[in-house]
Amino acid sequence: MKKEKVYPWYFVIGSVLIYTILSLVPGIMGIGYSFTDWSAYSKEIHFIGFDNFVTVFSGKKDYLRYISNTITFTFVTVIFKTGLGLLFAVALSRNIKMKNFHRGILYLPSVLPILVTGLVFTSILNPKTGFLNNFLRTIGLDFLAKKWLVDPKIAFGSVMAVDIWRGVGYIMTLLIAGILAIPDTYFEAAAIDGANAWQRFRFVTIPMLRQTLAVTIVLNVIYGLKVFDMVYALTNGGPGHRTEVLYTAVYKMMSKGLYAEGTTISSILFIFMVIIGYFMVKILTKDEVVE
Amino acid sequence: MERSAGSKTVQVILKNILAWFASLLVIVPMLLVLLNAFKADGETINMNLQLPKQWIFSNFATVIEKGKLIRSFLNSLLYAGAGTIITVMFGAMAAYVFSRRRSKGMNVVYMYVVLGMVIPINYVTLTKTMLTLHLTNTALGIILLYMALQTPFTVFLIYGFVSKIPVELDEAAILDGCSPMQLYWKVVFPMLKSAIVTAGVLCFLNCWNEFMMPLYFLHSSEKWPMTLAIYNFFGQYEMKWNLICADVLLTCAPVIIIYLACQKYIVGGQTAGAVKG
Repeated sequence: MKKEKVYPWYFVIGSVLIYTILSLVPGIMGIGYSFTDWSAYSKEIHFIGFDNFVTVFSGKKDYLRYISNTITFTFVTVIFKTGLGLLFAVALSRNIKMKNFHRGILYLPSVLPILVTGLVFTSILNPKTGFLNNFLRTIGLDFLAKKWLVDPKIAFGSVMAVDIWRGVGYIMTLLIAGILAIPDTYFEAAAIDGANAWQRFRFVTIPMLRQTLAVTIVLNVIYGLKVFDMVYALTNGGPGHRTEVLYTAVYKMMSKGLYAEGTTISSILFIFMVIIGYFMVKILTKDEVVE
Repeated sequence: MERSAGSKTVQVILKNILAWFASLLVIVPMLLVLLNAFKADGETINMNLQLPKQWIFSNFATVIEKGKLIRSFLNSLLYAGAGTIITVMFGAMAAYVFSRRRSKGMNVVYMYVVLGMVIPINYVTLTKTMLTLHLTNTALGIILLYMALQTPFTVFLIYGFVSKIPVELDEAAILDGCSPMQLYWKVVFPMLKSAIVTAGVLCFLNCWNEFMMPLYFLHSSEKWPMTLAIYNFFGQYEMKWNLICADVLLTCAPVIIIYLACQKYIVGGQTAGAVKG
């Protein structure tokens, strides 16, 4: 049986072609255009070397803040989603009543349209009429009623909190599957050796979850670096660019006609993500070989 | 012995408090949307958990009419439906060949496709590409974009399932005189059914929820899917939260129905890649 004949190459062509033309080619093209002065205001495009990169990294135009915001967003949401996700996963994996109810409810936000979640939270977090502040005032915690999305000091925290609310159930679900894949005998053996709950968690659960944790963290890093819908719906980058992330900034540059700068920011992200992607693909395809 | 039984009870209580606290944090915002969708105009200036004084079902009719939701529902259905069908159809064929061939060249192409799960879209140059191909502001354009976005994960997911189908089946079919096409459609494809459903459900949800592609590439309002329609409705009726909540419910209803009906597939598909089986 000749593999080349039985499994013909043209079976892969449809997927590879569309993916290449509409995802990868623009990415590579973008790197080329980063070295030009492409904009909506001139028909000609000139090669200008590293000028765009200098503009981005010199800090003249706030671009560095968008980059650092994106990294902060990614870092903070990944830590909280993973930490809380792990806590919920441990609580809901075994020996608890109504576990399917809790699991189902906690997972639900991650299947809803992110944009719609964001819109609903603009109402909940409204300083005057929002549900959260009204609730805090009702129970006498007036001092906690903040201008969640308006106060420049806490707006970004609020955006991250809503995204953690949305994403924690997804991590939890992956980790529950990971925990349930650990053979019961491991926990029993540890219990017989006198390990308490914390020790079983620390020395059985965590080491056995290493692979799943790695994948969930990488997936969330990818999500965080590409975040758009949530920020766009909640604050659209405001107040005063305090919550601006890369993709919301690129959208604004596009509408201002600053194509070269938009593509430069996108290309920085692109190159960075290809490097992450290399490791991600390695992790994901590793267990295929073992099988 | 006694002490460990006592600490066990404490653990169970703590677990339950935690689980209920977390679930309430998710339920309250959803209940808020549900209740306020039925309230009268003046009643939703402060959104709260009180029952509506009067249940106003006509909010939904108002939103469907003013938000032109039937059209955007059909648009969403077309984009997500057609996007899912072509993504999964081509994706399954590709995954099958990648998984069976495993030659060095094919492995590189497979990794190249899976890399798409990570790499970000450059919307600036994609705009140029879309203009060049005359795909901007067309249904076909959006469907192909959804395919480009969803193909990597779909291929990755189905690839894992293909390796569980014994190669001996292929050999027997070839000996019986099947062509490669017949082998795939008559022998392999039926065995991939659960993988295809899993990949299809996830793909459909992702396409339904997609917002950024339509925002960039669909300029005329009669082509908007539901996510873009609700965003614009929100802009126009900013203070009328009863109507916005009704719109939110209608936009999320298909997703929630699919979630309830296909929870097994959704969770199974999401975990397939992440958890070493």
